[in-house]
Amino acid sequence: MFCQSGSNPSTKSSMQFHHTTLPNGLEVVAELNDTAYSVAFGFYVKAGARDESIAVSGVSHFLEHMAFKGTERFSADDVNRIFDEYGADYNAMTGEESTIFYSSVLPEYLPQTFELQSSILFPTLRQDDFDMEKKVILEEIGMYEDQPSSVAYDKAMQLHFSGHELGQSVLGTTESVSALTSEQMRQYHAEHYRAGNIVLAVAGNTDWATVLELARKHCGNWPAGSCPRELTSSTPTPQSLFVTKDQCQHEQIIQLASAPDCNDVRRFAAELLTVIVGDDSNSRLYWELVDPGLAESAECGYYEFEGTGTYLTFLNGPPEATKDNLERITRIYKDVNSNGVTADELDQAKNKIATRIVLRGERPMGRLSSLGGNWLVRREYRTIDDDLAIVRGVTLEDIRGLLAEFPLLQTTTVGVGPMSGLS
Amino acid sequence: MTQNVVNHATLPNGLTVLVETMPAVQSAAFALLVSAGSVYDPPQQNGTATALADWMARGAGDRTSRELLAELDRLGIQGNETAGTQHMVFRGSCLAVNLGAALRVYSDIVLRPHLHDEEFDAVMSGVEHGLMAIEDEPRQKVIVELLRRCYPHPWGQPSEGTLADLENMTPDSVREHYRHVIKPNGAILGIAGNVTLDDVLPVVTEVFGTWTGSNDLVIPTGTCSPVREHLSLESTQTQIGVAYPSVAYADPDYYAAWAAVNVLSGGMSSRLFTEIREKRGLCYSVYATLNTLKDRGQVVCYAGTTAERAQETLDVLRAELVRLGDGIGQDELDRCKARAKSSLIMAQESSGSRSASLARNWYHLGRVVTLDEVRSKIDALTVSTVLDFVHAHPARDFSILTIGPAALQ
Repeated sequence: MFCQSGSNPSTKSSMQFHHTTLPNGLEVVAELNDTAYSVAFGFYVKAGARDESIAVSGVSHFLEHMAFKGTERFSADDVNRIFDEYGADYNAMTGEESTIFYSSVLPEYLPQTFELQSSILFPTLRQDDFDMEKKVILEEIGMYEDQPSSVAYDKAMQLHFSGHELGQSVLGTTESVSALTSEQMRQYHAEHYRAGNIVLAVAGNTDWATVLELARKHCGNWPAGSCPRELTSSTPTPQSLFVTKDQCQHEQIIQLASAPDCNDVRRFAAELLTVIVGDDSNSRLYWELVDPGLAESAECGYYEFEGTGTYLTFLNGPPEATKDNLERITRIYKDVNSNGVTADELDQAKNKIATRIVLRGERPMGRLSSLGGNWLVRREYRTIDDDLAIVRGVTLEDIRGLLAEFPLLQTTTVGVGPMSGLS
Repeated sequence: MTQNVVNHATLPNGLTVLVETMPAVQSAAFALLVSAGSVYDPPQQNGTATALADWMARGAGDRTSRELLAELDRLGIQGNETAGTQHMVFRGSCLAVNLGAALRVYSDIVLRPHLHDEEFDAVMSGVEHGLMAIEDEPRQKVIVELLRRCYPHPWGQPSEGTLADLENMTPDSVREHYRHVIKPNGAILGIAGNVTLDDVLPVVTEVFGTWTGSNDLVIPTGTCSPVREHLSLESTQTQIGVAYPSVAYADPDYYAAWAAVNVLSGGMSSRLFTEIREKRGLCYSVYATLNTLKDRGQVVCYAGTTAERAQETLDVLRAELVRLGDGIGQDELDRCKARAKSSLIMAQESSGSRSASLARNWYHLGRVVTLDEVRSKIDALTVSTVLDFVHAHPARDFSILTIGPAALQ
């Protein structure tokens, strides 16, 4: 049951879903809502770290930066200036599986910002801009080197997926980025930035005719075709690695284990399970480790990828307590794997997730990430009500079924901090 | 564009309730500000407010710690309690229909916390862990340590606490502190969402009406002058923090000060981003913000860059701050206004952001500030009013703190 009063939340009836595919293959989806104050739109490109060859590690992310360096028509200064002139809230991000360019604007400025945002997906890649931005990327790599949790995540993914594309770092390394040429980037761009590899998602206050007109006008001439991703299997084996940093006060641990992939219906059970076991508040790990003051953080999350998925355990705390804390986590996982979770725990987690879905859905930007992500990965549209119904429908039996095939484990362990190992 | 309606009432005990009705959302959010922030921490016990906030949520009314969190989850309330500089802040977001229940739970936490001895060690471990986590995040640490130095004590002391002070805190000292500071007089409850003042006033009166007293602690304020300091750390990047005096939110010139900082650092076409990142590739992250207390403010700037390029970064940063006095383009101001207009309108989509703004405005100005008023203040800015402000408050008297392998000039 979602809420005490019996008043179930539901999507405003004014939300309308639309979909089309342009002749060049661009997928266009929109969830329009004329009661919103803003409109958010994003280009979801199926190009991320896993699509890179080792030789060009970091190119997807570097390319995302280069988009803002402009086109034949718009200089780098123009891009930043025009977005700001229209008061756009805009940015881009690159992950293991996608690169996303997004903006949130007042409806009256949609045409102007759309023109700019769509054009920068095909940047000029001028050599001097490339050389300058390379310095910025190297600074970004330097910044993350000083963040123990980022180092731990990168190393853990590398180790867990060693030999598999998902082990490749999004940022790349100082060496790979330094060696990268604009010609290599051009080639990567030509292969991956094709209409059939991109989803345009629009959420908020505009109308479908406007969306169609803008998409046809500014994206209709994009090169057709797509870049199918070859999925290879990965079979992670237990491994551990400790990166010793004496200057750190705490030890930060990341552990990874196999979980359902992005098309597995059990992913919803996996999300609920990790909220029950490892949410940042009122979870099993919280009560065992954080509440009594044994660790600064102890969390478990679920991350879906194409072809695989991971449970990610994060522990941050005093080095002298780390071994004991990891054993406590092991005991909790063993208990859950054997005995499942309780009906009460499942109900609380459902309410928690349902609230998050509703609150996030109140802003076009919040809807955009769900709309674009679902379409890019699964060609699937779900309303807020659909999401709520799915969450409410997960049963204890579903969780037991999930655990039978994907138990909570600590297969890969990476530590960053004062420790050199667990013994 | 329709304006949301804001109504308010002040209870006899001094608690002010502000409600912005947002018909387009299903949610409601609240922010309760109590004058119990870190400036009230007893001498040599910095961290008391943070410890108290955590302790208060570990069992209250007739619920244990576990029962409290279970109830919040059951009601779908995303809540937290944190200590800031001036206030202890209790926040929550939920479906509007559950707001009354949420306020009941939080009234227990505020008025009837158990503060049991057996929870105290865990509370203090949590405070210590929080401080260690900041030590491990130099980007965060540089700002914490800069603020400590650029405001007079205790206005700059970190709300998270000070490691050396933790051993001076005892269950009795923190409980005693609770009795002094958690008082309704001057407390502010900002609420925004699909609710009206008429909906919530009965429940607010019922659950907070019996709360009495006032925080009469006097804060002895020290003095402060610009400092230059380097903290040594084995790291890839050098963290640079620069601060200089500006004005407070309540100052009549606040919007000119806001515009000046936005010319420097609002959007990617602003000066610091353009000059330091786009033209020179010195940084991934560089920014300036206007940090304001009730009676004073500072412009706080940050840049993080590899050690060998840090000196150039600091030089360019300082030069850009000073160059603001040479002139501001009409186009630069226009972009600030455009960004402000958009963000003001989009703020109406977020009950959480509106509830916090309502309460904050009441604290600084003692009245309701509508988004229309903010917009008209911003519309009224001209290049010459902003430049006049910059000339009257030039970038100088810098406090500079760096963290990294080597000190800078």
